[in-house]
Amino acid sequence: MSEVVWTTIRLAGLTTVLLLALATPLAWWLARNKSWWKEIIAAITALPIVLPPTVLGFYLLIALAPQSPLMAPFHALGIRTLNFTFTGLVIGSVIYSLPFAVQPIRNAFEAMGPRPMEVAATLRAGPLDAFLTVAVPMARKGYLAAAVLVFAHTVGEFGVVLMIGGAIPGKTQVVSTRIYQLVESMQFGQAHKLAAGLLAFAFAVLLALFLIERRTARTGL
Amino acid sequence: MITLTRRQQLFGLAAAGSAFALGIRPAFAAETQVAVAANFTEPAREIASLFRTATGHAATLTFGSSGQIYTQLSRGAPYEVFLSADSDRPSRAEQDGLGVPRSRFTYAIGRIVLFAKTPGLVDANGQVLKTGNFQHIAIADPAAAPYGAAAVQTMRKMGVYDKLKSKIVMGTSITQTYQFVDTGSAELGFVALSQVINLTGGSRWVVPATNHAPIHQQAILLHPGQANPAAKAFLDFLKTPAAIAVIRRYGYEAP
Amino acid sequence: MSGAATVEGRFAGPLGAFSLDAGFSFPAKGLTALIGPSGSGKTTLLRCIAGLIRLPGALRVSGEVWQDAAAFLPPHRRAVGMVFQEASLLPHLTVAGNLAYGMKRAGTAQTIARDEVVEMLGLGPLLSRSTANLSGGERQRVAIGRALLSQPRLLLMDEPLAGLDAASKAEIAPYLERLHRALSIPVLYVSHDLAEVTRLADHVLVMGEGRVVEMRKGEPGQGEADASLAHLSAEDIRSLARAALKAGLKPQAGGS
Repeated sequence: MSEVVWTTIRLAGLTTVLLLALATPLAWWLARNKSWWKEIIAAITALPIVLPPTVLGFYLLIALAPQSPLMAPFHALGIRTLNFTFTGLVIGSVIYSLPFAVQPIRNAFEAMGPRPMEVAATLRAGPLDAFLTVAVPMARKGYLAAAVLVFAHTVGEFGVVLMIGGAIPGKTQVVSTRIYQLVESMQFGQAHKLAAGLLAFAFAVLLALFLIERRTARTGL
Repeated sequence: MITLTRRQQLFGLAAAGSAFALGIRPAFAAETQVAVAANFTEPAREIASLFRTATGHAATLTFGSSGQIYTQLSRGAPYEVFLSADSDRPSRAEQDGLGVPRSRFTYAIGRIVLFAKTPGLVDANGQVLKTGNFQHIAIADPAAAPYGAAAVQTMRKMGVYDKLKSKIVMGTSITQTYQFVDTGSAELGFVALSQVINLTGGSRWVVPATNHAPIHQQAILLHPGQANPAAKAFLDFLKTPAAIAVIRRYGYEAP
Repeated sequence: MSGAATVEGRFAGPLGAFSLDAGFSFPAKGLTALIGPSGSGKTTLLRCIAGLIRLPGALRVSGEVWQDAAAFLPPHRRAVGMVFQEASLLPHLTVAGNLAYGMKRAGTAQTIARDEVVEMLGLGPLLSRSTANLSGGERQRVAIGRALLSQPRLLLMDEPLAGLDAASKAEIAPYLERLHRALSIPVLYVSHDLAEVTRLADHVLVMGEGRVVEMRKGEPGQGEADASLAHLSAEDIRSLARAALKAGLKPQAGGS
């Protein structure tokens, strides 16, 4: 049981770290750009929210299968497919949770407005310098919210894992699909334990999020 | 104009009435909910179609692993007939009061196949399992699908289970298992014979039944179906020559 | 009219309802006030000089080209300091952190020293405070100090007192006087308050409808301290404004 939990935490943790990095330039671009097709990109980014996870899982199954053009470069490394791999799950999770990272960070950047970056520029900070020393620290609240949301969302991920996971212990067996497996094989006692744990975790996440909101509302940052 | 005597008229009425009673193209048709173990998907569809032609009743089919179906059953899913991939679950259904007593019977005996899309990968004796020259082998989750259990038994019998354990990927049902093999994500896998019997190409080892406990697939009438003549009729239809012909054609043994 | 001792330039481009077409020149010493009605383009001109907006034009500061047809120095490469109307302090840094921000990036040749600035603007007791609970006057003093410590060659101030109440204005006034007397770099000071202008300005630029309509230079005296518009009385300045009015400008009470 602990192996399942550890795999889940690894998956959620890695996805969170990756997504915070990946979402940053995207969120920045969405916050600052004024082109007419910006909202098209925003909509594409938000797609995983409304897409049924099994749809995403299905397309991933195909995209990560040996004959997919995306897998061609991997064949030289002896990798046939990324299905059934932890890496494949990470890829799936990153796509699945992308909007939960981009939204809060974008909102934080937008809330900041253009002025702080102008101030930084007049104080001799180049664009990258200003971004790292002003924009990112000022968007702290957004990053925190993004991290919490992505982590929790990935822990709850089910449909995608079911489609491409293969339930390999230690690699692709996570809490959500394990509960499903246990129920299917009538091991309700074990299923209860895992499910209750997941419920308590989800509650703790929400509580943390609300407390962060309250605290930052009071101190202003 | 032919006049019929009174006796002849009564006889005619009785004949017509019997025809009705026997369910031969009745004026109204009933519908029945049938849950089918995933391995029996294709044959069940054909049989349901024949069933409709023969009786006018409609059988609505739902597919899943035997474990999935049983879980839903035990939580009150409104299935009326259960076609399992084993005898264990119908027996449990009877014990738990979910199934109608004495309605259980074996409708087919299943066979598993070690199948790969790549020709030449699987030899006629399954020796590829010993060489282990592949990255992933797909089976159905043994806890939920009897075909998965049979796959594990086969691998144990050949003494390769421990060696292959790290390469095993599990599908939630035999259908997903087949998808894994079909998309090439798993180079090979243990699937149901019925899934590949009409396929040419690829390579396969039809696993001799001695390698695992026999897969006695049993059907049972469930309580919601007790009052539904269509449900009983479906179960009866499984025993008719027409249905048995379909069952055999998909590689099962008929009991 | 070019020389090492002036700030001169021209910018032209769209500006809301009308266009900006402002040519200007003022000495690279002392405080030059930029006055004019709302919407005349004062803030836009300031932002062009800072490099925050890019309009076609040219700008030369004490002989150094900041912009011309071929080149455009981005704001972080200009030795310009800017004080905005709303102090816009960086909220994730303390007062000391705000002061240090520009200083750290201004290179090793630093002529404006931190201790001087802190003393001149009375920032000593505020140094370790967060920016959250400062008064309006305190915030502006930090903003001015921060801009100075980035070692600018030109200081731009966009109505720094406009957002303050009377008490804060009174509080900060002496600091501005001190600043005016102590600085050797030119200050371009946007204001709509004529009294303020009279008190502080050595030179005046008047803008209207996107154009600079008048320039008046005070006569520099022996030292900067004497460079004032004393010979331009308050009456003179008011007549300047009236002339601008007659040229078709619409003055508005308050705000610019």
